[in-house]
Amino acid sequence: MDTTLLIAAAIKIAVFIGITMSFVSICVIFERRFSAIIQDRVGPNRTMLPLSILGFKKDLALPIGGLTQPIADGLKFILKEDFTPSYVRKFFFWLAPALVVVPALLTMAVIPFGSPMEIAGDIIPMAVADLNVGPLYIFAIASLSVYGITLAGWASNSKYPFFGGVRACAQMISYEIALGLSIVPVIMFFGGLNLGHIVEEQVNNGWLLLPLWGEGLSVERWLMLIPLGISFIIFTTSIFAETNRMPFDLPECETELVGGYHTEYSSMKFALFFMGEYAAMVVGSALIVTLFLGGWSIGFGVDNLLPAGAWWVSLLHIGVFLGKVTFFILFFILVRWTVPRFRYDQLMNLGWIVFFEAALINVFLAALVIAYPSIGIIGVTIGFALLITATILLIIIAKGATKKPSATAV
Amino acid sequence: MAIIKVERPKLSAGEKVYFGAIFKGMIITLRHAFKSFFGKTTGAGELNSSGVGVTMQYPEQKWDDKLPEYYRGAPALVTDEQDRERCVSCQLCEFICPPKAIKIIPGEIPSDNEWAKVEKRPQEFDIDMIRCIYCGMCEEVCPEQAIYLRPDYVITGTNRSEMVHDKKRLYEIGGKRVGLVNKWNDLK
Repeated sequence: MDTTLLIAAAIKIAVFIGITMSFVSICVIFERRFSAIIQDRVGPNRTMLPLSILGFKKDLALPIGGLTQPIADGLKFILKEDFTPSYVRKFFFWLAPALVVVPALLTMAVIPFGSPMEIAGDIIPMAVADLNVGPLYIFAIASLSVYGITLAGWASNSKYPFFGGVRACAQMISYEIALGLSIVPVIMFFGGLNLGHIVEEQVNNGWLLLPLWGEGLSVERWLMLIPLGISFIIFTTSIFAETNRMPFDLPECETELVGGYHTEYSSMKFALFFMGEYAAMVVGSALIVTLFLGGWSIGFGVDNLLPAGAWWVSLLHIGVFLGKVTFFILFFILVRWTVPRFRYDQLMNLGWIVFFEAALINVFLAALVIAYPSIGIIGVTIGFALLITATILLIIIAKGATKKPSATAV
Repeated sequence: MAIIKVERPKLSAGEKVYFGAIFKGMIITLRHAFKSFFGKTTGAGELNSSGVGVTMQYPEQKWDDKLPEYYRGAPALVTDEQDRERCVSCQLCEFICPPKAIKIIPGEIPSDNEWAKVEKRPQEFDIDMIRCIYCGMCEEVCPEQAIYLRPDYVITGTNRSEMVHDKKRLYEIGGKRVGLVNKWNDLK
């Protein structure tokens, strides 16, 4: 194998894990400050660099409004007592936090952070692994993180964590299906699973949800926005459920389950859960941005005017990508303070009866729109009629499924 | 009482879709965020806050001018209008103090003193501010109106001994108090 590629891969791994981890801390500060201003508070705004610990006379107060808060948080987590209760199943209790973090970081490998860079004649893609099965890899690995949560709940040997673990399991199963199905129209549209190619396509022909340049300005493409919009909504909601964020944070759910699966954890073990959750949030945002919002592309045809392969273009694209991810993280936080938590049965209804069916119908809808040029207006009409019949049937079945048993039948 | 059966409200199709409500909610949340970001939170003015939210940012902004008359802060000793120590070290406050924060060592006033007829004054008067619970019983029990709870609430120290207010400090906080009981006063 080429040494340049090897060194580049090593650097990429280090840099991208670094970016993810620093994004986790950015998430923390955003979460706290943005939540604060939403709730008419101030939030942590006066953390400074504690130089007095190192022997200096005064602490350094920079005008950065508490941006060093994540460092303080991290230090607090490290210095706290790491308490393991005597009644837990030790092996799994120690294993679980790692099982939550590792998948979240692994999924970062296939996300293209920026446009390919040309170094010494080699074109190096700005993704750790430019796999041809990008989204599938992410789904496969990301669903492993539920093992960490479930194991944590079970190994804690205590009732609230156990409930949390069980809920995480059920939630994961019900949303994984919708997550996978909702992305099918997108993959049908691009005709491939390589995330790098998906972004390239969006650079040339308009972002998936914003087809304003290239070949995006056609009637079929704009018709395609209907199924793609539905998939975007289902996918985003499922990502919320997948990352255990509000309004789907049933596994931890402070008001009902104390802390859910991490009730018995303290110190760095708790921090690992925390990091895992935020890393999953970063990856989820990155995936949404990559699939639906053009990934690293600046958009409006600007990318093709820039010299391809130049290092500064790559860095610019990485910046644009991270900007979009930041925007999505803010969106996550906004939703957290807007939508109240779902009840458990509502969550199951939403997953199994609404989103699963909607995603399924959406696949056929997208297929009809894509097939329109080849099967003609008659074919589409027949297909559409069939689809509507199927939809009505599904709705009737779903109504029957959600019908409550009558009060008299005891 | 009649039983009132509360029906669930019938939702229209638009409300059942749910997205409209979420969108409306987000607008409300964002409006709050922008308002506090630009320092225009509702009610920030009358709450004396910095405008970033309604929170008062403590060391820079204080609510001293909003303290009520009856505010109970640090207990302190006062002198009267002729600079005489009002305290006659009867030790009633020491006895009533629920957390036993007050310690008095009584002393006699020498006969050549201007106020010899008062007979006693405290030699030592210590209030342990770590123990004090600001209940105001000392103020209530004092027959000479010599001890008052002042509106000082910023009492800090880096060690325990700094938190014990001695006589000098107590008079510093208390200052001069004019009026009312003038039992030992010629002006009576």
